[in-house]
Amino acid sequence: MSAHLLGMTAAHLRDAVAANEVEPGAAVRASLAHAAAAGAGRDGLNAIIWADAARSTREADALEGRVDRAQGGRAPHGSGRELLGVPVAVKDNIATLDLPTTCGSHILEGYVSPFEATVVARLRDAGAVVVGKTNMDEFAMGSSTEHSAYGPTLNPLDRTRVPGGSSGGSAAAVAAGVVRVALGSETGGSVRQPAAFCGIVGVKPTYGRVSRYGLVAFASSLDQVGVFGATVDDAALVMEVIGGSDPLDATSADVAVPPYRATAHESVEGLVIGRPREYFPESLDPRMRDRCDRALAALEAQGAKVREVSLKHTELAIPVYYIVAPAEASSNLARFDGVRYGLRVEGDGLRGMYEATRSGGFGPEVTRRILLGTYVLSAGYYDAYYRKAQEVRGLLAGDFAEVFASGVDVLFTPTTPTPAFRIGAVSDPYEMYLNDIFTATANLAGVPAMSVPIGRVDGLPVGGQLLAPHFREDVMFRAAYALERALGEEAHR
Amino acid sequence: MSTTAGPTDAARAGSDVTAAYEMVVGLEVHVQLKTRTKAFCNCSTDFGAAPNSNTCPVCLALPGALPVLNARAVELAVRAALALECEVHTTSIFARKNYFYPDLPKGYQISQYDQPLATGGCLRIGTSRDGAPISVGVTRVHMEEDAGKSIHDRFAEATAIDLNRSGVPLIEIVSEPDMRSAVEAGAYLRTLKQLLEYLDVSDVSMEEGSLRVDANVSARRRGETKLGTKTEVKNMNSFSGVERALEAEFRRQCEVLAGGGTVEQQTMLWDGARGEVRPARSKEASHDYRYFPEPDLPPLVLEDEWVADIRKRLPELPEARRARFAADYGLNAYDVQELTASPAIAEYFEGVARQHGDAKAAANWVMGEVRAALNAGGLDVARFRVRPADLARLLDLVRDGKVSHSAAKRVFGIMVQTGDRPEQVAEREGLVQEGDTAALVGWIDEVLAENAAEALRYKNGERKLQGFLVGLVMKKSRGRADPKRVNQLLAERAGAAGA
Repeated sequence: MSAHLLGMTAAHLRDAVAANEVEPGAAVRASLAHAAAAGAGRDGLNAIIWADAARSTREADALEGRVDRAQGGRAPHGSGRELLGVPVAVKDNIATLDLPTTCGSHILEGYVSPFEATVVARLRDAGAVVVGKTNMDEFAMGSSTEHSAYGPTLNPLDRTRVPGGSSGGSAAAVAAGVVRVALGSETGGSVRQPAAFCGIVGVKPTYGRVSRYGLVAFASSLDQVGVFGATVDDAALVMEVIGGSDPLDATSADVAVPPYRATAHESVEGLVIGRPREYFPESLDPRMRDRCDRALAALEAQGAKVREVSLKHTELAIPVYYIVAPAEASSNLARFDGVRYGLRVEGDGLRGMYEATRSGGFGPEVTRRILLGTYVLSAGYYDAYYRKAQEVRGLLAGDFAEVFASGVDVLFTPTTPTPAFRIGAVSDPYEMYLNDIFTATANLAGVPAMSVPIGRVDGLPVGGQLLAPHFREDVMFRAAYALERALGEEAHR
Repeated sequence: MSTTAGPTDAARAGSDVTAAYEMVVGLEVHVQLKTRTKAFCNCSTDFGAAPNSNTCPVCLALPGALPVLNARAVELAVRAALALECEVHTTSIFARKNYFYPDLPKGYQISQYDQPLATGGCLRIGTSRDGAPISVGVTRVHMEEDAGKSIHDRFAEATAIDLNRSGVPLIEIVSEPDMRSAVEAGAYLRTLKQLLEYLDVSDVSMEEGSLRVDANVSARRRGETKLGTKTEVKNMNSFSGVERALEAEFRRQCEVLAGGGTVEQQTMLWDGARGEVRPARSKEASHDYRYFPEPDLPPLVLEDEWVADIRKRLPELPEARRARFAADYGLNAYDVQELTASPAIAEYFEGVARQHGDAKAAANWVMGEVRAALNAGGLDVARFRVRPADLARLLDLVRDGKVSHSAAKRVFGIMVQTGDRPEQVAEREGLVQEGDTAALVGWIDEVLAENAAEALRYKNGERKLQGFLVGLVMKKSRGRADPKRVNQLLAERAGAAGA
């Protein structure tokens, strides 16, 4: 029974719960049991770092009242049943009321937020139950989930390898079958890259599509809450629930959220898919190229048209990203000062306390980026770095605008250049940064993007990336669903 | 005068050291906007609440909290900018000013930097000796949020932080370096305060910290057109403190320059108790604030019609009100100045004058009795118990001869205490004047009978006794007799008897 419940799509599960065919707490119990059995916690995969099984179970059982027998299991938008009884895992940088929110950092060890992120409130309003907070690179700075104060997360498909990052814990929880869906966060690829490394679906919505209220800021102009799903349908359902404007986030957009799942099944006949040449460099692993070509061929077979396009400023994305993101981070992380909450290490006077707290509380990667960001914003350097980077960011956005205006509906690229690397294999920060080479562009331009499994290289999953115009997640999901359906089992071989 | 050489000359030269220099002043004024809630969250802005009670995740800078701009704060800021004759920009950008301080919870202040709300205004602060208006340029008006408060004297071993003020909306009004004396700086501040009071955008109280002033001051040789090196003077808590601080800092700079030295660009702190300025710790002056656009807030875009509507709804401002009072009520310049000092007093006066009709009488009462009562009680006009309509009716009673002028003052005194209506008070206290001829004649006859000798002398033409006899009649009537009528009737009686 348990395994069966965890194998159901989120939509099927909630239908079954809403129709009173499955106890509201059953899937949550199954999830918690599986988490224990699969070793998802601190002593195993280290995917879930904070959990309270008793509380989650109680919460799930309390959903009994939402089961509406008269409705025959229907769960329309706003019914409070869209995710009825569905267990979800939430990245540790998204504020939850009952579990710690530590951002994988020592500086927030033991911190429990007195308020809840809008996305978490929306999940709970829809009947979902949070079964755990997931591990991450400290403050979402990293691409491997090795840079957590609470130790690295292991890739469930190969425990010697990283799950990707920074949302590696959420990706691993879904890949390990503990949950069907999980929340992550994106700043430069932190959902798509781990989704690719773990063989699951990962969505980075349009900037402004999903509220950031309660997402602990890394780089505010790039950050978006993202979604992991075992399938496209799972991810699309969660996007329907969490999307939409929020009065608590001034950067959230007042753009209606269409029913993604309903249109995802529509044909891709005539859909124009751009293949940007900059994402298929000479140096790309031929096996990765081959997987991408097969994916494109599968889409073509369903009537989509593939067109070679160019996004000519792509190579500037990484330098721009590593100016903009650290700059904003250096400011966003200033609040962790030992004064009001989190770690405080006493030192000589106020300055000594600041230094001891922040030096003791932040890990080396976070420290590096704060220093980098502080530098690029400094008087005399601002114009050369930050201002210039923002100008180039405009060019990158222009590339996308141009190609989408030319009749391209979605773009297809590899999500990453390689599959998951071994834990400890990448020690040079710059080499690590290159993991974002195909993903950071979407954050800089604000366009939606997602990764879907397209097969394996060296026995390890790799992902294909789909990118769409602003607020056209619907088209992106349509292409993703078509790809998923066409590749079938091949997506996981 | 003195012919003695040496120390005296040196001292005298010292006291005149400023004579060769000209003071150049620009002011930065921070004004708390009078909104019900904070700039970026829904917390109350009430002053004086229990420490840290008006706080929430946003103004405490808890992880994950985000700012949302208070539209009312924008409205008040635009109102002020328009009244300062600034150009209000359709698009302005919020920026982060980054620095670490325990009462700055986010580690940055949300402010505006290279694209402020408004620029290029001016404020007329008076007229020069030749009658030309003295105008001070307003460089910019921008929006920002207040920091919390560090309280150093509450605990022996620790600094306490109160974040009630964190996130309270402010505007910063930056002037051009157009002022040439401490007196002009004072005039600018008083004019600005009055303007903001009229606009009803702020409580403008330096004591409560809703108006704060930093001054940039430099000295240059008279005739020089280039600006000298300026220092920033902080820590003044009254307008006169600003004036004294400017004098002190200007003198210090003159002494440095006269001695062949150069003024160091630095921040100076005013010590009001000692009447001197001293350098702040140099670290405070060497901040690199690392400004950059606030990514949590979209650009502030104002619709032209919205701004036009605020302009249309601007209240009558001090200059216009002064002109109108002079024209409509025929008041002299001094009265106009006094009666427009604050919008509250102006509205009070106008309420009395409109209802009563005699503006001069209303002006005299407001500037005299009303102001004295307010000062004596430390009251403000808004909470004054004698409402304009009541005072107007009291003045009606005087005009109609029902209450004597001196009785009216007593009635007024009681009204201040009780808030009762003037008719009631006059009646209750027996201060309604007796105008009835029979009663007055009765009293007069009694007085004449009781003072036969004086009565006779009066009847025989000793007119100087009139005052004495009227006084007795007034006394007999316990003040109720209308003295004008008593005078008239007494003269008639004497004439009649003598004839």
